[in-house]
Amino acid sequence: MMARKKLYYRNVRMAPYDLVKEFLVATAVVLVLVLIFSLVLSSPDEPPVTIQGVAQASPQTFVQTTLDSLDGNSPVAGYGPPYNHGTGSVQTIGPVSLQKLIGVHIPVDTAQSFVLGPLTQAAAMNPALKAQLTQFNAASAPKQAAWEDAYGKALAKAKETPPTIAIPACVCGPVAPMMAALLQMGQSGAMDGLLLTSGHFYQTDYTRPLLFMQNNAVAAKAANFNLLGSTWGVMNETGNYPGQAWLWLYTMLYQIPPYTTAWAANTDALAILTVTILTLILMFLPWIPGLNRLPRYLKVYRLIWKDYYREQRDAPPTQPKSEQAKPPVEA
Amino acid sequence: MSLTRSVQQKLSATLPYEELLPYEQPAYVHSYVYLFGIATLASFILLIVSGIVLAAFGPQWWHFSTVGHFLNSTHYWSVQAFFFFMVVHLWATFFQGAWRDGRGLTWVVGVMTFLASILTAFTGYISQQNFDAQWIAVQGKDALNAVGVGAFFNVLNFGQMYGYHIFILPLVVGALISAHLLLVRMRGVVRPYDDAMADEVRS
Repeated sequence: MMARKKLYYRNVRMAPYDLVKEFLVATAVVLVLVLIFSLVLSSPDEPPVTIQGVAQASPQTFVQTTLDSLDGNSPVAGYGPPYNHGTGSVQTIGPVSLQKLIGVHIPVDTAQSFVLGPLTQAAAMNPALKAQLTQFNAASAPKQAAWEDAYGKALAKAKETPPTIAIPACVCGPVAPMMAALLQMGQSGAMDGLLLTSGHFYQTDYTRPLLFMQNNAVAAKAANFNLLGSTWGVMNETGNYPGQAWLWLYTMLYQIPPYTTAWAANTDALAILTVTILTLILMFLPWIPGLNRLPRYLKVYRLIWKDYYREQRDAPPTQPKSEQAKPPVEA
Repeated sequence: MSLTRSVQQKLSATLPYEELLPYEQPAYVHSYVYLFGIATLASFILLIVSGIVLAAFGPQWWHFSTVGHFLNSTHYWSVQAFFFFMVVHLWATFFQGAWRDGRGLTWVVGVMTFLASILTAFTGYISQQNFDAQWIAVQGKDALNAVGVGAFFNVLNFGQMYGYHIFILPLVVGALISAHLLLVRMRGVVRPYDDAMADEVRS
């Protein structure tokens, strides 16, 4: 043993200790536990939501989502950075918005990305749709808005019998056939592919399909599983599984004032800030006066080292106890 | 001047070979409280092994294969075991004031390991390619976007998250665990508090 350690452990009884055996036994025990839990409890695997599934199960939800994307009423349309220059989801910490400071890095124009882009691709094989798109694009903004508004009112009175939907006639120009075409594309599964494409053969980025579905279909399913943020959803998962229990402190902030009241508009940013500060305190605990002596005051260590203290107490006095107790390195 | 010799001498002085695997420890280490660190390491090994098999067959395999689903379950429960043992280890070392006598860096590296592990688990949840992955991604993005991180760490981008989960972050966690273990071996475990002994003696 190094001289420094010998000095540090003076008056401490040393005993044989087989670290390798301890590691092997620990690995074997944990392996057995993991195998038992895996066999008995398995693991959650709830199938993902697809655009096709939504369009077939609830055509009204699908059409409403596409209309919101077209007329700019969807939360994503006005979200803000990193997707666009909206302000709907911009948060600040005091006067500073890191979100705005960083800016738009993943541009998403909902009308173009979720509606007009996919329709343009479909129009290549559909002359009628191409004409409707041309008519829509050529119209003035107020005219487009009037058609969208009229269609929205008609959609509110629609009768849904999945997978079909009957929408009352309206003076909506080309918007009605455009939405009908999109519904067909959604129900066929074409939309899942069209939103995923990014100009490359291989695809791994699901930003656009997830943004398209998040506020209606995905959130509705999450609510069924009791996974919303207001019900500790950040750390939970589907089924009766423990989820990310280690996020309890962060998740708790979303349940309590002022995060749910006065700070509600900036909950995410302030929750992250709070957790960052608490993490820094935890990390630099050894050097924070007062806090670094907390374990000494809590005295849980008496339980942890009770055998050591008993041994020290029962040991024959070879030198004054005060000297035995004196550590070679100061705390 | 030989740099190799300098490094060798420095290593020999800081962490001699026999200190890497000492065959004796203070007697008070013979306690269940000291097992949670090694149990965390054991869980990490199981995580890596099950993760390598899952990665070898691709991210979709486990959804369609019974064997794959079982492998995913072992990966899942290894994660739960890893965090359980790590948190108990963290509490145990907190109550011991284990940062005393020049062990502050060991504590810092331990906390960093905990944080990197949380991020690794988070990217793992997002890489599952099921509904949990979808929901955690769309929910988590708002917090990351709110502080400007989402622009570069896009949780809706499966490819990016999968890369983080199976390569970058395991490498970081592995390196931090290695550094933590080396620091523990260099310094040894902390001595018990002394005032308690005095109290015990008086009582």
